[in-house]
Amino acid sequence: MSIPENTTTTTQFLPNEQQVQKNIRRRNRQAKFWQYVFLYSIILAMFSLFMLFFSIVRQVFTYVAIYDQVNPATLSDKPLEELSKEELGDIIETYYTGIRTGRNDLRTIVFQDVLGLSINEQESIADRERAKETVTVREIFEDKGKEYPSALADQSIIRLQVADYAAIIEENLDQNSLYDFVTQKVVQPLIVDSWPIDQYLFDRSTIDAEIAEIEARLRVEKDDPTLEVSEPEFRSWIQWHLLTETIDLSRPEDAGLRTAIIGSIWMIALTILFALPLGVGAAIYLEEYSRGGPIARVIQTNIDNLAGVPSIIYGILGLALFVRVLEKITSGSAFGLGTGGDTANGRTILSASLTMALLILPVIIINAQEAIRAVPDSLRQASYGLGATKWQTVWNHVLPNAMPGILTGTILAISRAFGETAVLVVVGSITRITVDPSGPFSRFTVLPLQIFALITQPQAQFRNVAAAGILLLLAILLSLNAVAVILRNRFSKRAV
Amino acid sequence: MANQQAVATEQPTPVVTRTAEEQLDLRKKTRLGETVIQAFLFFSGAISILTSIAIVVVLGNEALLFFRTPTWHDIRDDNDKIITLASDMDTQATTLVLPDGLGIKVPTDAKIRLDNEIMQVISIEGDVVTVKRGVDDTNQFAHPSGSQIQAEGDTVSIIKFLTGTKWQPHIGEFGVLALVSATITISFIAIVVALPLGVGAAIYLSEYASESVRNRLKPILEVLAGVPTVVYGYFALTFITPILQGIIGKTNLGVYNMLAAGLVMGIMILPTIASMSEDALRAVPRSLREAAYGLGSTKLETSTKVVLPAGISGIVAAFILGISRAVGETMIVAIAAGARPYFTFNPLEAAETMTGHIVRISTGDLSRGTIDYNSLFAIGLTLFVVTLVLNIISRQVASWLREEYD
Repeated sequence: MSIPENTTTTTQFLPNEQQVQKNIRRRNRQAKFWQYVFLYSIILAMFSLFMLFFSIVRQVFTYVAIYDQVNPATLSDKPLEELSKEELGDIIETYYTGIRTGRNDLRTIVFQDVLGLSINEQESIADRERAKETVTVREIFEDKGKEYPSALADQSIIRLQVADYAAIIEENLDQNSLYDFVTQKVVQPLIVDSWPIDQYLFDRSTIDAEIAEIEARLRVEKDDPTLEVSEPEFRSWIQWHLLTETIDLSRPEDAGLRTAIIGSIWMIALTILFALPLGVGAAIYLEEYSRGGPIARVIQTNIDNLAGVPSIIYGILGLALFVRVLEKITSGSAFGLGTGGDTANGRTILSASLTMALLILPVIIINAQEAIRAVPDSLRQASYGLGATKWQTVWNHVLPNAMPGILTGTILAISRAFGETAVLVVVGSITRITVDPSGPFSRFTVLPLQIFALITQPQAQFRNVAAAGILLLLAILLSLNAVAVILRNRFSKRAV
Repeated sequence: MANQQAVATEQPTPVVTRTAEEQLDLRKKTRLGETVIQAFLFFSGAISILTSIAIVVVLGNEALLFFRTPTWHDIRDDNDKIITLASDMDTQATTLVLPDGLGIKVPTDAKIRLDNEIMQVISIEGDVVTVKRGVDDTNQFAHPSGSQIQAEGDTVSIIKFLTGTKWQPHIGEFGVLALVSATITISFIAIVVALPLGVGAAIYLSEYASESVRNRLKPILEVLAGVPTVVYGYFALTFITPILQGIIGKTNLGVYNMLAAGLVMGIMILPTIASMSEDALRAVPRSLREAAYGLGSTKLETSTKVVLPAGISGIVAAFILGISRAVGETMIVAIAAGARPYFTFNPLEAAETMTGHIVRISTGDLSRGTIDYNSLFAIGLTLFVVTLVLNIISRQVASWLREEYD
């Protein structure tokens, strides 16, 4: 009786061959499907990275529309390139006579571009003139070995008229330079709008429509019906002057990032100076001197916690501690340093570096600890066996072996500090700073901070400058990271 | 050999006789240099403790000032219009003239503020108020007609700070929830983006990818993690927002909005979540997987029903750390989310987070001792406590995993 019953239950609960096959197929399909889902999540991450770079690059390489602020047609009847030297000189003279600050502008051009006088030299001329001494044209020009119209020889160099300065410029520049001078400084082409390269390639009609609109608006604004906005022309915003010029918030096309780059270098150098010895010192203390002890445990927990504190909190700490409380020291006034009003408060490179050092300290410590832990114990034992003291062991054996690892960690920390913005927004200031920092007590701006300031500018072309700055920043960071990776690989090979 | 020994013994042995003081001392010497070095090393370690103490003391101290400083609010007439000076007031004048027929409703002895100067009301006669100038160590300035007059209000209580939903310093309202709402909204979007993608990527890297594929894919995540946040902000503002505007429409989505900021923040925290989750999954012992395969599981079933539950505490830790990162993230929101400290959870709107507000306040002209300046520290303290708690929970959860399989 019981046997048939059993068979029926078994056939009821065990699936038959067909059902099993079907089930396996379903499960395999499911597995395949999800495998692609998992793969796509990582592909999506790669895609985001690609889009990130693309979004920067398309703003660096753009097409721009330009219009001439002074219509060349009003300057001369002939096209500018056909004019002779004298005619170009006349145009310069007429143009600068017409504008209010013409004489000063022209003098600055003669001093800087023709004579190549430094700021100090210019100031000393101004000082001597103020002291009622006549600085003659002959003196300065012969000093620099430049040509000057002999009629002006005994006149004071800063009291010349527009016509005289124009004559000097005409004398000293050749045909081509003079033509460039007129097309740049007199005609003053201005970028009215820019479009990313992908839009130019795939969406020309919108750009043409926008240009027509801008042209119509400008014609009404300037009351000049012949005014023309150029066809879109290619412009790369990565240019040499990015490194050599300082920021100019009136002309995006001439804006450079020199001040910010120098600021970044100063800040990073000081940050390393503070953070590296302290970070490595702390790591040695934790790994070699008090390993596993109660103090080490407290410090370790603390470091782990600090590593997770948002960077802006460090910024607030720096603002309160270094900028305000220690203002006397960080502004340099305690040492009688600092250049007067320029560094009146504590928002200096020193404050920024100290704050940044606190921020990257946990990164350096944690990496240095790992490197020290990786040094084999046999080395230490051998050293002790030969009678070395603890410090001798650490200095002569542990540190040299851990060095590649420590350097890798330090480079990673530096690249973090290089790109860090939030801290410096609070500690520094994003107001326009155009003077290169000259020391730890200078006011400063750094590359990411300058980029932030550019992004917040209302004029759209500054976004292009910002993109160029970002490309520069990314290039620096990627090379730093590449160095770190190479170091790490070399290190791990040797350890094996 | 014997000869040599003989020669050796023939050499006159130098007899060294040592006095007690000259005895070779083999005991450990105290070396001054070593002590100094050890002291320096200890100091280096202690710096981190000092930093923590400094953060707590500085934030706490200045935040306390915030809760003690009286607020200032605009004085308004019955029609809710701001009352301003009717005529110029020079540096020495002790009377203050109001527009016709608008008395101000402040008690005598109350303090009022024009620009940065604080004055004390002595008497009020119709439109003319007699005041004592330059109270509370403020400097006396000349005030042109049309200057706003503000009256001293109550201090901000901690309860009001933590539960208020209005952040309007000019009327003395400091409710941090107005900023917290944006922080929550943006962090939520970021987590919604980053968690599934991060865990998916982690499962792929740990369970599916071969060693060589893994070694090629991981650097991409590392590059993503190394991009400065200001660049992400630029990405959100100039790329993601226009795309979203194209989808949703410019009328529905402004130039500054929480959606773009949240999405990009998700991309930013994705590497953190992916690499922490991957570590957790790889820490799951091989034997578990082999047992699952032995029972006939597919790769998917092994990954999701065996490995994932085993490594779940690591993934939860990554999730919490991701939230903490999102809450503390600054530049993306400062650039892309806008500057409206309003209480809202609508991702299409512009709103200001705690970090965004700190940036906006500190980039402005801040004079020390004003309540705006002090509010920075109160917000900072809130942020610090929130992220610290999240980080501690995250580490605790992660350690459960380690205990289980170590």
